[in-house]
Amino acid sequence: MKNMFIPAAARAAPQLGSLALILFLNYLAFPGFFEIRFQDGRLYGSLVDVLNRGAPIIILAIGMTAVIASRGVDLSVGAVMAVSGALAATMTVAGYPVPVAVIAAIGVGLLCGLWNGVLVAYFDLQPIVATLILMVTGRGIAQLITEGSIVTFNEPGLIFFGSGAILGIPVPILIAACLLAVTIVLVRRTALGLLIESIGVNRSASSYAGLNSKLLLLVIYGFCGVCAALAGIIIAADIRGADANNAGLWLELDAILAVVIGGTSLFGGRFSLIMSAIGAIIIQAMNTGILLSGFPPEYNLILKALVIIVILLAQSFSSLGGWAFLKGEFRAKGTRQQ
Amino acid sequence: MTDKANVLAVEGIGKSFVGFKALDGVDFSIRAGEVHALLGENGAGKSTLIKVLTGVHQPDAGVISLDGQPVHVRDTHHAQSLGIGTVYQEVNLLPNMSVADNLFIGRQPTRYGFIDRRLMERRAREVLAQYDLHLDVASDLSRYSVAIQQLVAIARAVDMSGRILILDEPTASLDRHEVEILFAMIRRLKARGLGIVFITHFLDQVYEVCDHVTVLRNGKLAGSAPTSELPKLDLVKMMLGRTLAVATHGDRRHRPPPEERQLSFKGVGRSRSIAPFDLDIGEGEVIGMAGLLGSGRTETAKLLFGIDAADKGEAWIDGRAVRIRTPQDAVALGFGLCPEDRKSDGIIGDLSIRENIALALQAHRGWFNRLPKREQTAMADRFVKALDIRTTDIEKPVKLLSGGNQQKVILARWLATNPRFLILDEPTRGIDVGAHAEIITLINELCDKGLALLVISSEIDEIVAYSNRVVVLRDRTHLGELSGDEITTSNIMQMIATETGEVPA
Amino acid sequence: MISMKRILLASVFAVAGFGTASAADLTVGFSQIGSESGWRAAETSVSKIEAEKRGIAFKIADAQQKQENQIKAIRGFIAQGVDAIFIAPVVATGWDTVLAEAKEADIPVILLDRTIETADDSLYLTAVTSDTVHEGKVAGEWLAKTVADKDCKVLELQGTVGSSPAINRKKGFEEGIASASNIKIVRSQTGDFTRSKGKEVMEGFLKAENGGKDICALYAHNDDMAVGAIQAIKEAGLKPGKDILVVSVDAVPDIFKAMADGEANATVELTPNMAGPAFDALKEFKDSGKAPPKWIQTESKLFTQADDPMKVYEEKKGLGY
Repeated sequence: MKNMFIPAAARAAPQLGSLALILFLNYLAFPGFFEIRFQDGRLYGSLVDVLNRGAPIIILAIGMTAVIASRGVDLSVGAVMAVSGALAATMTVAGYPVPVAVIAAIGVGLLCGLWNGVLVAYFDLQPIVATLILMVTGRGIAQLITEGSIVTFNEPGLIFFGSGAILGIPVPILIAACLLAVTIVLVRRTALGLLIESIGVNRSASSYAGLNSKLLLLVIYGFCGVCAALAGIIIAADIRGADANNAGLWLELDAILAVVIGGTSLFGGRFSLIMSAIGAIIIQAMNTGILLSGFPPEYNLILKALVIIVILLAQSFSSLGGWAFLKGEFRAKGTRQQ
Repeated sequence: MTDKANVLAVEGIGKSFVGFKALDGVDFSIRAGEVHALLGENGAGKSTLIKVLTGVHQPDAGVISLDGQPVHVRDTHHAQSLGIGTVYQEVNLLPNMSVADNLFIGRQPTRYGFIDRRLMERRAREVLAQYDLHLDVASDLSRYSVAIQQLVAIARAVDMSGRILILDEPTASLDRHEVEILFAMIRRLKARGLGIVFITHFLDQVYEVCDHVTVLRNGKLAGSAPTSELPKLDLVKMMLGRTLAVATHGDRRHRPPPEERQLSFKGVGRSRSIAPFDLDIGEGEVIGMAGLLGSGRTETAKLLFGIDAADKGEAWIDGRAVRIRTPQDAVALGFGLCPEDRKSDGIIGDLSIRENIALALQAHRGWFNRLPKREQTAMADRFVKALDIRTTDIEKPVKLLSGGNQQKVILARWLATNPRFLILDEPTRGIDVGAHAEIITLINELCDKGLALLVISSEIDEIVAYSNRVVVLRDRTHLGELSGDEITTSNIMQMIATETGEVPA
Repeated sequence: MISMKRILLASVFAVAGFGTASAADLTVGFSQIGSESGWRAAETSVSKIEAEKRGIAFKIADAQQKQENQIKAIRGFIAQGVDAIFIAPVVATGWDTVLAEAKEADIPVILLDRTIETADDSLYLTAVTSDTVHEGKVAGEWLAKTVADKDCKVLELQGTVGSSPAINRKKGFEEGIASASNIKIVRSQTGDFTRSKGKEVMEGFLKAENGGKDICALYAHNDDMAVGAIQAIKEAGLKPGKDILVVSVDAVPDIFKAMADGEANATVELTPNMAGPAFDALKEFKDSGKAPPKWIQTESKLFTQADDPMKVYEEKKGLGY
């Protein structure tokens, strides 16, 4: 093991441990939690629900990870979801073919992301401020598109993105999994991962090293916008309607939380897409667990907060080398003195 | 003044980090009214010792005693209440708050639960007046120079603690005049009976202001003696454990100038940054650039490298007109820049040594043309060996290295791109004596390999040692060039010091 | 009288697009909150229709969720000398000053849809609102009547935790089923009034309750959550409207479509027509001087599959829900 500072397994331990614990608690609350059966051509069960409902958060978290790794944050993803969902639904209702509507919706997400990117990279606005603009106006734009009402559609092609299944696996899960795989390959098989981490740790020094950090930031925010658009299409397709007021509401916070739980620092730098996805699954497993538990809804937020505090404390303990200290201090000492 | 009792003493202090002894049985003591230099190469244990004294780290072994009584310094706050104040190299102040706020932050005088600004500002003026500092205490600290900020930081530390003052490289970013102001303050505090620990890399300053010297090497005590009894050469020997020989390349100066200077800048300038200048550099040449802080040295480097775009003039390379508007343009032309501010513009602290070395080459190759990890590792290993970068592991975050080794990593980053022209802005600043000599040796080797080098430095002796030609700057203007036998310390000094209009021919 | 008319004329010119109403006997200004929901948009368009029906000149100011905009609009209406002001107050407090100004100018004020907190209730003529407790009760009574004496396990989708419609619709429903001991609410969770949360929570409910086989009814605090839940029921392989009865509140167009398809059973209308009763009360007050009661409760009408849901859907579709 070359990296002796924090071994990979120890780094992932708090997240994997939390996930296992939450799944176990869900099992206690509802013994049928792990049951999966095949029904009407798709897998059916609570675990499938966790992944299916978690898919939009996973997709958002993928884009958000890139943004946060670059030492930014994108508050507008929820609003961008509303915009893209609204556009896809409205165009479908207006009679455009589904592929056209979907591509247009992804396109508008890209535009939103590029807008954020231009503000951050070229106008040097602080990301939190730059994306706040679209967070507020985006929902307004979505409302303009839907004219304030929920645009309901019955086009099977669009609905497929929300409740369809291929080989029994719900489409949202497939989209999230493919996006995750493609993105991981993209950042780790090209230099993008290193360069994103580099501008996240020190943008000035990266520019001095000849890295076009402005263009890279633009691409990162554009990508985040595309992810938000995908999530927006899935959410609209899931309920067969574009709800401009509520689609993606507060989901930007879940996405940020997923990234943080996944261990990417809000100060940028090292990131892990897999861990962010696990963070998203943790959040959704928690949500599903609360639903299954039968606690009165007044406790939802308190339960969620408690679990998050525990996870983040475990993670902080781990990043301070706590696990490594407990497990391998002796061994580490031995090898280093040779 | 003779034989005053020790205010603060440590005996047999030891401190280990995972598998590595940072301090091993170190003794150190300081008397009231004494300025005590603490010297050592980077990584010798100075910072660890300071952190033990100020309660940041708890020692594994040894005793700390204050006025002869053993104490246990729990944390920095406790250290302050014991009278031990510290001012770090990077000033730990808040530039966007007022001078008075900075002096009293965390302990502002209050009235009815609100900060009493009038009282706070009056007391701030009183505190500063003790040092003949008459500042507008209500205005933002950032309005004042780094030197003044440093003085404010010291005033704050003395006001809060008042017995022992630890100054960690306070002069690193100050010019000559500012250093004088700082020394005046130190002498004043010494007269008041404070014990002052002074950490620096500048040996001249040790002899100028310090009464006693303690040298650490590899976590152990290398020696301790009154300054007056320790000749400079002995001190250097004590620090390095070997004799230092700075090779001068006098012969290079007498080589015939290259027939053709491939890099040529004509009338390049940028308004409000640097006046238009001409500069020609040929392969195998070292151009030294001398001038005081703020004379336009770094501005010149930024312009040549495209960090700032020139608004005047033109650049020619191999007889072809080129445009350098961004660092990417400069890198594509085979330029490299080791920036002055290593921490904020140089290293990517959290990334590994390997990644830091690969970065410029990777940025140049493009986003999608990844340098395979195997090649990155091979490259990093090669440079770690070639430049003697001291580290246990190339996967270590670069921020954990000492300043000199970080500088070598940045140098490696550019050498990996196989450049034709390297700009080194203050390559030896904040670096210990040993690494200093190594960097200079490297400069000479690079030059011999045919690289064109522009080296900016405040160490005029160094510039004299390695330059073919020397450009002197003042007030954001290139005053002129010295070459051949003209290159002497006194000529350069004179040129910097003369008033505008009487530039020697 | 002449000066009155001049002011009126001036005000009409000031508001472009309402020129045709210059011949009206009454001019009413309406400070609307905004258009944050489909229901709100429907309320605005229904108000316009109701005004047109009665030949009343009607001016609407959209406050975009800001009280200061509403106060500005009210002062504008006072300056224009309208005959009455309708307000859908965005918040409950802070109205005393501006309403006193209206009272000073002798302009009656009617509150629509929401009420305010004030020590002096002479500041407004009346408030036209629905009774959200009653809405829940109507839904509960429908269910009690429909299942008769069969045992019935009910799932409840609550509105946003702590919001007054959620609290009241829960309370009302419990009152409605209080006499029927055979009906039990087995699970109750919040769906935040949204379709997607409604669907997600329903998925969880169905899993937790043995795939939904023992469940007889769903009560949702609004139609949107019911529409989401209906999809979840279908995806679980059950028939909404038959295997699980669906009753909800609001009467938005989409639930009528579901009723027409047999997938929803009943909805209680939160009428967007708050202005109609307000106009009637105003007219009577102007004509006979008789003050209406301080609170006019709108009708909480029950719609079921028997009420030709497709026709209602077509009627409602154009209202901007």
